[in-house]
Amino acid sequence: MAEFLFATSGFVLATVALGLVRILRGPADADRMMAAQLLGSGGIAALLLLGAAAGVDSVIDLSLALVLLAAFATVAFVRFTAAPPSGAAGPDDAL
Amino acid sequence: MSAALDLFTVVAVAAGAFFFLAGTVGLLRFPDVFTHLHALSKADNLGLGLVVLGLLPQANGLLAGLKLVAIWLLALLVGAVVSQLIARAARRAGPRA
Repeated sequence: MAEFLFATSGFVLATVALGLVRILRGPADADRMMAAQLLGSGGIAALLLLGAAAGVDSVIDLSLALVLLAAFATVAFVRFTAAPPSGAAGPDDAL
Repeated sequence: MSAALDLFTVVAVAAGAFFFLAGTVGLLRFPDVFTHLHALSKADNLGLGLVVLGLLPQANGLLAGLKLVAIWLLALLVGAVVSQLIARAARRAGPRA
C-alpha cells in the first residue's frame, strides 16, 4: 500500500508540475494564476499521499494550513487586477 | 475487510490522480481562460476530493479523518470563491488579455 501511495504522490506532483508550462505560455495573467492554483491543490494532494505512505500524521495539519492559505494568492491577484494600488500605476498609466 | 478498504483506497486515489492528469491536460490544451477555469475546477474539487476519500480508510483515528474531510471542504470553498474571482477578472480584462 505504501509503495502505491508513494508512486501516486510522485505522479500527481509530476502532473501539476507539467501544468506550470501554462505559466510560461500564458497568454492571460488569469491563466498563469490558474496554473499556480493547480500547483497548490496538487501539492496538497501529493503531500497528503506522502504523509499517508510514510505514516506521518502531522502532514494533515500542514495541509490544512496550506489549503487555508491557497486562497490568498488568488485574491491578491484579483484585487490588483481589478483596482491597481495608486503606488503601482500612476494616473498616466490608467487606460 | 482490510483488503476491501485497501482496494477502496487504491481505486479512489487512482481516480483522483486521473482527475489531476485530466485537469492539467485541460489547462494546457483548452483554448481560452474560461475553459481553463473549467479544467482547473475539475482537478481542484474532484481530484483532491477523491484523494481525500481514498485516504480516509488509512487515517489513524477519528480526528485525522475529520481533518481530512475539513481539508476537502475548505478546498471546495476556496475553489468556488477563486473561480468566481478569476472569471470576473478575466471578463473585465476583456478578450485582449
